[in-house]
Amino acid sequence: MSNAILESEAAMADGTPNHGVEQLSMQQALNRALDEVLAGNPKALIFGEDCGRLGGVFRITDGLQAKYGTGRVFDTPLAESGILGMSVGLAMAGFHPIPEVQFDGFAYPAINQIVCQIARMNYRSRGTMPMPVTLRVPSFGGIRAPEHHGESLEALFAHVPGLKVVSPSNPHEAYHLLKYAATRPDPVIFMEPKSRYWQKGGVNFDSADGSDSPAGDSPTGANVMRAGRHVTLVAWGAMVARCLQVAELAAEDGIDVEVLDLRWLKPIDEAALVASVRKTRRAVVVHEAPLTSGLGAEVAQLVTQGCFDTLKAPVERITGFDVPYPSGDLEDEYIPNIDRILFGIQRVLEYRRG
Amino acid sequence: MDTPLTPTAGNDAGPPSEPRYEQLSGLPAEPLTAGQLRELYSLMVAVRHLDASAIAWQRQGLIPGYAPELGQEAAQVGSGYAVDTARDFVFPTYREMGVARAMGVDMVAYMSTHKATWHGGLYDPQESRLAPIQAVVGGSVLHAVGWAHGQTLSRPADGTLGVAMTYFGDGASSQGDVHEAMNFAAVMKAPVVFFVQNNGWAISVPTERQVAGGSVAARAAGYGIPALRIDGNDVVAVVEATRRAFAHCRAGNGPALIEAMTYRRGPHSTSDDPGRYRSLNEERDDAGEDPLERFRRRLLADGVADEAFFAEALAAAKSEEEEIRAGVQALGSRPGSEMFDLVFQETTPALQAQAANWREESEHV
Repeated sequence: MSNAILESEAAMADGTPNHGVEQLSMQQALNRALDEVLAGNPKALIFGEDCGRLGGVFRITDGLQAKYGTGRVFDTPLAESGILGMSVGLAMAGFHPIPEVQFDGFAYPAINQIVCQIARMNYRSRGTMPMPVTLRVPSFGGIRAPEHHGESLEALFAHVPGLKVVSPSNPHEAYHLLKYAATRPDPVIFMEPKSRYWQKGGVNFDSADGSDSPAGDSPTGANVMRAGRHVTLVAWGAMVARCLQVAELAAEDGIDVEVLDLRWLKPIDEAALVASVRKTRRAVVVHEAPLTSGLGAEVAQLVTQGCFDTLKAPVERITGFDVPYPSGDLEDEYIPNIDRILFGIQRVLEYRRG
Repeated sequence: MDTPLTPTAGNDAGPPSEPRYEQLSGLPAEPLTAGQLRELYSLMVAVRHLDASAIAWQRQGLIPGYAPELGQEAAQVGSGYAVDTARDFVFPTYREMGVARAMGVDMVAYMSTHKATWHGGLYDPQESRLAPIQAVVGGSVLHAVGWAHGQTLSRPADGTLGVAMTYFGDGASSQGDVHEAMNFAAVMKAPVVFFVQNNGWAISVPTERQVAGGSVAARAAGYGIPALRIDGNDVVAVVEATRRAFAHCRAGNGPALIEAMTYRRGPHSTSDDPGRYRSLNEERDDAGEDPLERFRRRLLADGVADEAFFAEALAAAKSEEEEIRAGVQALGSRPGSEMFDLVFQETTPALQAQAANWREESEHV
């Protein structure tokens, strides 16, 4: 463990905030963010299945119950609808619930509470009962997990009026986006790319505005992660790292790829999306979720609307397939891989009108 | 050949048993005074009259629909009367007009939901201590648990808790959320009163086809929750049971359940046709005595009220209804901009753009 981390942990123990740049895994970065949120807002509560003593199955809430007590960080009975329904009542009573659904696929049993209640209560109550619920959902695939542990629900949630949806792509983003999301007055679905939990990266604690990202200067909107001239790869969550790899490989063939990390899946940063594609004139959107009615369709429409006159080719979608998320053995056949993304780039580069 | 097994308890909801108050901690409240008894009667008459009028409003085209609570006046007024609106909070379904009235909610704002003015009603839920009207059957039962757990987390120095009361029916008792709510509340010792109005019918499906075992209250034992199965058509019994349940929860003893046995004398809603699933003879036999008439006879017999008082209460109910009707009639549509403005606390660029388009293309001035 580096001295910086030891110093920082000592600092957190006596209440001094994090500072400087540290190499952290996304799991550590999320844990730090939650620690700060709890310290900063006495009404913030963390709860869910195994969030307390165990620290969560991914250890994202590790140590927080010991530090803040069983009133602030607690285990609930094993029922997702109960967890989310309870969040509604706690929010009505003035708390800021930060519930966890242990895995993406287990948000399905809570859909009524998320869609019919959390998303609508501000509206139904005419703004008198805001729902500052930050729902953490370990999301997407890639870890050889059992059924319902690899789902991508962003299009489903983004379609629901009243919800906002965000997904970080690296530890720095995870730290700043979670701190931001967990202090908003509206419900935010926070989709954590579980296959990236253990990858380390630099987290700049001093830039609450995320300014050490190439173009990022705010916890809202999209980020250009790599500037390029020939084609824009649009991605979020775990697919951002894969797209950055693709960009390196394409560069060897002289193709200059721009990678746009959408970050916010609702609201989508249309201005950043359009600015990028107006420059590169080609777009490939990459996501793990199934193709049909996936968020790629929304991105493609926004690009078409905003860049129709400059587009050189139809927007390509490199996505999962319209199949139930497969078992671990077939996972790599399903998730967009480097080759499929490169083929997509090739198709938009070789496209000729007429 | 073996004799087929027969259930020991029938599926018949059966009559209410004597409430088993020994399950609850806390002393009985003071008996109701003559003034309080008369107040309860006045409330029940006001609710009865407004309820009947609302059906007429629908037939006259003033409102598009309504879910009557005819026959449930004692259960609703009695339980709502026990709420301390300074510290408690109530989670209704779509059929709790009597509760709202007993709690003193602005009835024009309440009835606005039936005029299709705004889903949930126009009343301020935080100020009224009544959550927005809930259309999902069983949808708000878990909200009560969360709100109640919040009271435990911010328990005041004197140790007494605000209590959440959540309403649901025999039909909603089939919903998984109701099970989750009762289990969560019991595990967390949340101060929640689960108030079940067993009115015999979930639209067209009778309790015996809905509630296995015949009693929602009986299920509470499985969660370790004390439960009272009471005569929900006896308003005094309802007030007494609800006050006892509130005292139990307020002292930090965890949740309590009341199953008030009553009868939905009217249709499920103004678009329902009970003739398709029950006969008038069945209605007459099953409904029992009208709770309002029953209370009137009792007040007379006990010398608490006389005919002059009843006439006065009815006159007051009529003028109250006229006022509410005028208020409902005068309700205009909400401005369309509210569709966009009330989705989020912090709006989004996409929503602003849609609002701008709507304004430009829909407001032909």
